[in-house]
Amino acid sequence: MKIIKIITLLLFITFPSKIYALIEVDITRGNLNPLPIAVSALYSDKETTETLKKELKINQIGEEISIVIENNLKATGLFNPLEKKAFLQKPDVAHLKPRFEDWSLIKAQALITGKVEFKDDKVRVEFRLWDVLAAREMLALAFTTVPNNWRRIGHIISDKIYERLTGEKGYFDTRIIYVSEAGPKTQRVKKLAIMDQDGFNTKYLTLGNELVLTPRFNPTNQMVTYLSYFKNLPRVYLLDIETGIQEVVGDFPGMTFAPRFSPDGKKIIMSFAKDGNSDIYTMDLENRIVERITNHPSIDTSPSYSPDGKFITFNSDRSGYQQIYVMKSDGSKVKRVSFGNGLYGTPVWSPRGDLIAFTKLHKGKFYIGVMRTDGTGERLLTENYYQEAPSWSPNGRVLIFYRETKSDSEGKGFSAKLWSIDLTGYNERQVITETDASDPSWSSLLSN
Amino acid sequence: MIFNKSTYNLILVSIFALLLSACAQKAAKIDSQIQGDVYTGTDTVEYLADGVPDRVFFATNESVLTTASRDTLRKQAAWLRKNSDINVVLEGHADERGTREYNLALGERRANAAKDYLMTYGISENRISVISYGKERPVDSGSNPLSWSKNRRSVTVKAN
Repeated sequence: MKIIKIITLLLFITFPSKIYALIEVDITRGNLNPLPIAVSALYSDKETTETLKKELKINQIGEEISIVIENNLKATGLFNPLEKKAFLQKPDVAHLKPRFEDWSLIKAQALITGKVEFKDDKVRVEFRLWDVLAAREMLALAFTTVPNNWRRIGHIISDKIYERLTGEKGYFDTRIIYVSEAGPKTQRVKKLAIMDQDGFNTKYLTLGNELVLTPRFNPTNQMVTYLSYFKNLPRVYLLDIETGIQEVVGDFPGMTFAPRFSPDGKKIIMSFAKDGNSDIYTMDLENRIVERITNHPSIDTSPSYSPDGKFITFNSDRSGYQQIYVMKSDGSKVKRVSFGNGLYGTPVWSPRGDLIAFTKLHKGKFYIGVMRTDGTGERLLTENYYQEAPSWSPNGRVLIFYRETKSDSEGKGFSAKLWSIDLTGYNERQVITETDASDPSWSSLLSN
Repeated sequence: MIFNKSTYNLILVSIFALLLSACAQKAAKIDSQIQGDVYTGTDTVEYLADGVPDRVFFATNESVLTTASRDTLRKQAAWLRKNSDINVVLEGHADERGTREYNLALGERRANAAKDYLMTYGISENRISVISYGKERPVDSGSNPLSWSKNRRSVTVKAN
């Protein structure tokens, strides 16, 4: 994406050294004691503040960026951003040399400071991460970009801080594509929508004239594959997000659905339904060659590749009921992996490769869960009246899915919302969207 | 107004009895509309012609045609044979208690079950097209077993 090129890493003031790092955040367990962190407003001089106030219609650029960072860190459940009112040091002084006693007095263990400058129509943002108890700098970086990208700078800084403190890549400079919903249940209007991971910058990619479902990003986040009922012919489509150009995938004499990209982005894998039988196919986007992957009279759907592209997990009712299967990517060695009570659907392979997330339906309840790729170690993360379709954060630590509520006989009380939950089963939270929403799909990191 | 105790009790009892019978009627009504998990009522049914219902209903997760469904489809086939200029679309649907992608496949399987039956009664494949809406177009908005049973359906719609 063009935006990424604009952002350049200007300087690397200190190289983060892990040897002396005192602060460590463990993300493998539910965190009951989130790390107290002080995110100071980033300093900007009067001229910068005034210019950007006019251009971006925000009050204080440095403070706004610090709020983006604060909200990101808070949403992980791993950090507890402290009240700015309690801060004793001014942003400019703190950024030069923090008085660590002042920050430890308010119980901050980590401190983030920074500075914003406007020069030659670009903003330059630098920040530092400090270990308060050890009284030393842990990380310092600077970025330059066009002013409109100021929120992304906040996300990129959040990713750098998360990575420095947890040892794993973050997931803040990402987007969610989803289906925006409105209207009564019997005539629901659905549009493709895209937004930043924190719910800002929502854009609608289709007008709602036809039913659209299940959008998924390609690995570079420039393309989306989804199901559209354009001209009442349900088919898998490909959409270029920047140009808006759409095309049908393949020339199938019937419904194609449940599309996803292969990890290299070269193929689309999907179901094709004919004569009451759904099987899994791939289409190569370069040479347009279509390959049949499964050939079974049952329903085979919801395919998802392993990150190395060697395996496919999918949903089939060949045993009589919906269960999860794994096979080699050429369709050989099909093996059932779900054996628990209930029905299993929507398997998605984690970006780390070690887990499959799924939806489970048992005794009238819906669960989001994970299991190892051989089906062992099943863990149910959340139970609800209706929820399905998990999608992984790019670092494999968080799942986003959608949840529907019960309605009365007139359809009142119905809603569809996005939710996220940590792999630990903790930190369940609603992801705020402008409208009702379903079928979320998480992008990979935009700046990498 | 002043009641003595026995009058008061009598009123209470009769209110109770009224409530109970209302409940029983309601339960009986639902029972008579669902048999073996399949909707057997006529609330949502429309007619392609006099005495020719437009839809058939299915049990949860099933695409097997019931005796009643086969009867309906035979009527549709007879009507189609008489009206050879009419083509139809079979719209397959699922209820809201399943994952979206599987339900798309299930709706397609249901519509095809109906199509196969019409074909065995002499209707040419060329006259029938099939579309699945999965759980996307319920006819009844409720979140209860009766609503769900009305939504598990294949509807025959005139295409021209």
